[in-house]
Amino acid sequence: MSAETTIPASSQTPAQPDKLTKKALTADHPTWCPGCGDFAVLSSFYKVLEKKNLPHENIVTLAGIGCSSRFPYFVNGHGAHFIHGRAVPFSSGVSLSRPDLHVFVFGGDGDGYSIGGNHLDHGARKNIKLMYVIMDNFVYGLTKKQTSPTSPIGYKSKTDPTGAIDRPVNPIKKLISNGATFIARTHATNPAHMIQMMERGMEHNGFAVIECLSECVEFYPGAFDAANPRKGGAFNLIDEKKWDGTAEDEARHDVTDEVAAFKLANEPFPGLFGVFFDVDRPTKNQLEKKWIDSSREKLAGKSDLDILQSTFDRMK
Amino acid sequence: MNNAPVGAPTTPSSSLPVVSDDRAEKRQQLINDAVIRLAGNSQDGIQAIGGFLARLAGRSAQEVMTYMTIPSTISGGPSIFQVRIGSGEVLSAGDEADFLVAFYQHSYKDHISFLKKGGIVLYDSDHVQPDLADKNYIYVGVPMTGLTVEALGGTAKDKGKNIFVLGLLAKIFDLDVTKLEKLMTERFGKKDTSVLNNALMAFHAGYAFPVGNIIDLYKFESAEARPGARAQVTMDGNQAIAYGLLAGGVRYGAAYPITPWTTIMETLRSELPKYGGLFVQCEDELASVSMALGFAFAGHTAITGSSGPGISLKTEAIGWASMAEMPLIVVNIQRGGPSTGLPTNVEQSDLNQAIFGGHGDSPRVVLAPQSVEDCFYIAIEAARIARKYSTPVFILSDASLATRIEAFEEPNLKELMINPKIDLSPREPNFKPYPLEKITQHAPPGSKIPEGQYPLITGLEHDELGHPTGSPKLHLAMTAKRRNKLRVLAEEIPVPEVYGPSEGNILLVGWGSTYGPIREAVDKSRATGDSVSSIHLRHIHPLPNGLEKVFEGFNHVLVVEMNDEGVYGYGQLASILRARYCNPKIQSVTKTDGLNYKVREILDRTKASLETALIKR
Ligand SMILES: Cc1ncc(C[n+]2csc(CCOP(=O)(O)OP(=O)(O)O)c2C)c(N)n1
Ligand code: SF4
Ligand SMILES: [Mg+2]
Repeated sequence: MSAETTIPASSQTPAQPDKLTKKALTADHPTWCPGCGDFAVLSSFYKVLEKKNLPHENIVTLAGIGCSSRFPYFVNGHGAHFIHGRAVPFSSGVSLSRPDLHVFVFGGDGDGYSIGGNHLDHGARKNIKLMYVIMDNFVYGLTKKQTSPTSPIGYKSKTDPTGAIDRPVNPIKKLISNGATFIARTHATNPAHMIQMMERGMEHNGFAVIECLSECVEFYPGAFDAANPRKGGAFNLIDEKKWDGTAEDEARHDVTDEVAAFKLANEPFPGLFGVFFDVDRPTKNQLEKKWIDSSREKLAGKSDLDILQSTFDRMK
Repeated sequence: MNNAPVGAPTTPSSSLPVVSDDRAEKRQQLINDAVIRLAGNSQDGIQAIGGFLARLAGRSAQEVMTYMTIPSTISGGPSIFQVRIGSGEVLSAGDEADFLVAFYQHSYKDHISFLKKGGIVLYDSDHVQPDLADKNYIYVGVPMTGLTVEALGGTAKDKGKNIFVLGLLAKIFDLDVTKLEKLMTERFGKKDTSVLNNALMAFHAGYAFPVGNIIDLYKFESAEARPGARAQVTMDGNQAIAYGLLAGGVRYGAAYPITPWTTIMETLRSELPKYGGLFVQCEDELASVSMALGFAFAGHTAITGSSGPGISLKTEAIGWASMAEMPLIVVNIQRGGPSTGLPTNVEQSDLNQAIFGGHGDSPRVVLAPQSVEDCFYIAIEAARIARKYSTPVFILSDASLATRIEAFEEPNLKELMINPKIDLSPREPNFKPYPLEKITQHAPPGSKIPEGQYPLITGLEHDELGHPTGSPKLHLAMTAKRRNKLRVLAEEIPVPEVYGPSEGNILLVGWGSTYGPIREAVDKSRATGDSVSSIHLRHIHPLPNGLEKVFEGFNHVLVVEMNDEGVYGYGQLASILRARYCNPKIQSVTKTDGLNYKVREILDRTKASLETALIKR
């Protein structure tokens, strides 16, 4: 930032005097179908924001296109509803240029793993500081039941009337191999777990992605019953290492071990829930800032005008 | 050399060195304009010679314009660099060369036809065997390769040949050796000293070659700087855009490389951190326009850019910028299209794409710089318009302006420099992101909205608060709102001055890089008694109000552009002007050979198209 630009530098902006309430955060009533899993994601997000009590004006909610991507309309805060698949680069622009903001991205499986799949890889690789919740319903909801990149083989959609034939994406493996530094998996039917994952994702300094199974009651009802104990399924948690030196701890998952994380991600559906991977790696935000700081240091307080003038002097 | 034609052809020098010691040096002629074409391969460093000559001219208050071609293959391949230096106004890189420097047989063969009658071929006699029987030219063979190797101690192979030639040219044109040495020191001095020493040795070997025994030597009339004029700066069009953006307060951008756009992003990537800003190389053009819009949403004036194929990829997001009313600068360095097309050639065929590209009614502003100097000023203007009207703004430059070097009066940075500010002040309680009665001004995140509803920026049709709506009334009103701000902008755009009398037979209308050749064509036509004037449009969309009055003064309005006449017989700007003014006087002069307009071509094509126009009517 040039000297004249006034942006608070730190993301640790002082907490506001008024407590952030659900009421203050609530905007339009969601347009989702009654029973859609996305409602639970929204209310968990409110809860985490209330708990964190971030400055209201610094909360930014961003999304691409899809049912799930309507999220920003339902959060009263600065927000943008961008285009299909490009939420990650858009949000990266916000994050990289405004360290004072808290950037939250929401979207669906089509938005994130199909049309935006390449951007997800590069956001992960660049380790941009933001939290991205992917509400995976294994189907295209907004466009009314086409095969999605996570639809299981055999799923009958309007574009695969005899059942899907393409191998689905494994989101966790995709994220690990592309360098995301925080990767978790949760389920919209378990708010307590969702809240826990979101809190950790927010605290993470880097590209934090939460794959959240969120049922589309309209076009893929019952898709995640196998992961819902109330429907006779099993919600199997990842047992993270406590580093307590005990014998049991040996067998627990080391969240900094990407090979181990990859193995956990290979568990067949409904798979495991919790944090697969969590490491510290310098963010692009930090690395770019480092370059900016050292460039400015060399210029020893020269104004923008002085800098450009000396460039022009060299072209005489 | 316009005013000083070369005298009687000197005896061609067949074998070299043909320097007979008893011949006195020929005399020195005073000239005010020279076109030198350097032809070799891309790895010979001929761009460096051209660059030095251009910078020298810039430092001598002379006008200069260069033109170059680069092969699209990565290594090798024929390449030329043409420099035109003049003591008066230099408008184009010149149709014909006065001097041809040929490094190889193919350079000689491919370019001899560009040499004017009586022109001088300076060739490397180690590689070139010219057709000495062709008495149209004067031949000067110099064993450039051999003498360079000799001067550098035989180790450097071909390297340094370019600097040898620079020395030779310095002798022929009596160039300021001290200034050239200084330029070389600035260029090579940063590397280890042997690089600079080799360059200076090669230079002086060239300078010492007794070329004056073979041909006349020349000297440029000294150009008097306009009283009170600032010093000249020398740069190419892409640099001028990059520095214009910096002066205009642009601090954030993102892009993906593509010729001939890339050098802008390279410059911004390394310059912006000094200004506390950032330029990001993204995974593709979809990501880069999206990231630039993220910067814009965050409150910055942001830029993305590309050429042909990349602009096509950005189109959807540019529509979002239109709908969401976000400021954004999109630079398009046009090249020959469609598809991968002619990546290193010039064309003006993206005008329709810039104005209409994308789905829906998505108004945006389109500006086109007319010279390297103008690239600088138009970038500042683009930033100002983007901010004031919360709109995407295209800068339509082209491959010719991108690589062309010109010297121009140093801009008054003190007056021009914009320091970017983000307004994070609390907005009024009932803040509307999309007020119907006002031009949208974005409240970036971080701005408090006391007790109110925070704004939602969206690509869905929306009401004044940003809520999605399918209301016919609102779509109508919002579409009008987005369009009307361009009408407001049109009111502040001045009608460009007519070059030549404001009434007459023919008015040539141009846009973009054809500015110079069109002006020269006007000068030449008027010199032969034809009634021709011209007008050059820098604001293509919206057009300035009042052009119809300018057109009234002429019998024929001919729009000169480098694109196809299309199915209906009119180029892209011509079609727009015809649609806008419904004036059958408006006719079209187009071409699609991927090369700059020559002055001669404009004259011939104008005549031809007038003839067909008369027959048509
Ligand atoms: C460029 C583009 N292509 C296609 C669409 C149509 N479209 C909108 S949302 C969507 C898929 C949504 O699926 P997902 O991202 O999984 O979100 P969900 O609705 O399931 O939450 C598609 C294909 C679009 N809006 N833009
Ligand atoms: S269609 Fe499916 S994803 Fe969309 S709102 Fe309805 S239930 Fe939710
Ligand atoms: Mg989906």
